[in-house]
Amino acid sequence: MSNSYYDPKDLKKFEDIGDFGPELAKKFFDYYSAVFEEGALSAREKALIALAVSHTVQCPYCIDAYTSESLEKGASEEQMMEAVHVASAIRGGSSLVHGVQMMNKTKDVSM
Amino acid sequence: MIKSLKTREHKLSDPNYQLQLLNSHSKSLREQPKFRDKLGEAGLFPLEPTGIEIFQMNLGYMCNMTCKHCHVDAGPDRSEMMDRETFEHCIEALRHSQATTVDLTGGAPEMNPHFKWFVEEASRLGKNIIVRSNLTILTTAPKYRALVNFFADHQVEVTCSLPFYNRSRTDRQRGEGTYDKSIEALQKLNHVGYGKEETGLELNLVYNPAGAFLPGGQASMEQTFKEQLHRQHGIVFNNLYTITNLPISRFLDFLLQSGNLDEYMDRLISSFNPAAARGVMCRNTISVGWDGQLYDCDFNQMLEMPVEESAPGHISEWHEGRLNNRTIRINQHCFGCTAGAGSSCGGATT
Ligand code: SF4
Ligand code: SF4
Repeated sequence: MSNSYYDPKDLKKFEDIGDFGPELAKKFFDYYSAVFEEGALSAREKALIALAVSHTVQCPYCIDAYTSESLEKGASEEQMMEAVHVASAIRGGSSLVHGVQMMNKTKDVSM
Repeated sequence: MIKSLKTREHKLSDPNYQLQLLNSHSKSLREQPKFRDKLGEAGLFPLEPTGIEIFQMNLGYMCNMTCKHCHVDAGPDRSEMMDRETFEHCIEALRHSQATTVDLTGGAPEMNPHFKWFVEEASRLGKNIIVRSNLTILTTAPKYRALVNFFADHQVEVTCSLPFYNRSRTDRQRGEGTYDKSIEALQKLNHVGYGKEETGLELNLVYNPAGAFLPGGQASMEQTFKEQLHRQHGIVFNNLYTITNLPISRFLDFLLQSGNLDEYMDRLISSFNPAAARGVMCRNTISVGWDGQLYDCDFNQMLEMPVEESAPGHISEWHEGRLNNRTIRINQHCFGCTAGAGSSCGGATT
């Protein structure tokens, strides 16, 4: 057993989750690959969105996987960093916007 | 400028050492399936030619650049160069050959002193001529600058390397200043009509990943390159070919130094695609070395694996029938040609 919670090698075992429940795993992986196919959004745009979301959910597996995927799909370093800033702006903004709730409550309870 | 592995007397300039590494450098590499077994599963072993369509000639290993990923280990410090006699044997072979295309590569093929003379001779034979240009050479000395018009006059197809549509990634792979020079050369080629629909002057770009990852889908990469190069520089071109870096020579050096070899091989091997294996370029190509030796492909040339012994080994002994009956020599590097959508000098193979 590994001594750390995250082992890069585990990423390759993702599909093994089917060992404990093949039906749902199959449904999930079929859906997953359909999501990333070229569509109204290009595969490169989808890889960049996935890269941003990976940073939001702070999943090290996803960050590795979608860094490689973005490079392979032809994204530049600038585009990848901009995607991460989008994630960061939304995360920061979503905290900050709750400041309005804080202000509302403050006003409600204040004399 | 960095020196070639050969000049540095680097261990990796020994092809046997390279093959040994690919087969058994680590536990993970030793446990990987062999290319011949994967071909066997796909019903393709032994691998056989389908007929020679492309006559590829390596005019020499000299180059004005020393790119980090170069599978030829080319550079200004390499002196191997095809001589006039070998060219004459090639013309003789081409006269009788079914091959429709003559593909000129190097190093920088333009640096061979017989280059222009040969292009003129070969175009008289009515063959389609491709020159694999690194672009930057076309911005150096006046005799090389003049080649842009020479290519157009002889209807030569220009296939050139541009690893990325931005400066930083291009220069990291091919050296400082490469991107700006490449853009200048592409604009000159456009100026004489290359890459424009109505002229018939074909300009193709070759994209290869600047690192230990595979190329993305060829059609979408082509679209991205077209949009970006046109928006930034007004450049047009015909096709983009995506090429996978084969794990040999200087790219192998990079993989070792960056600790990526096991994972890269794993990626290539797990992406083995039988359809790509059916379309590998050695089946319709013959590669002529600077010294006239015959090889199944330019990669086998760099690994000093000539065509199998039963086939004629030298251009002076050209016999197309016997070459078509040969078996192609393979090893673990071949996984670079069969991963994903496949890879060849003409891009994806599926
Ligand atoms: S990759 Fe091409 S341009 Fe670069 S050093 Fe090798 S032969 Fe020369
Ligand atoms: S490396 Fe050469 S011999 Fe091997 S599959 Fe590719 S083209 Fe064929």
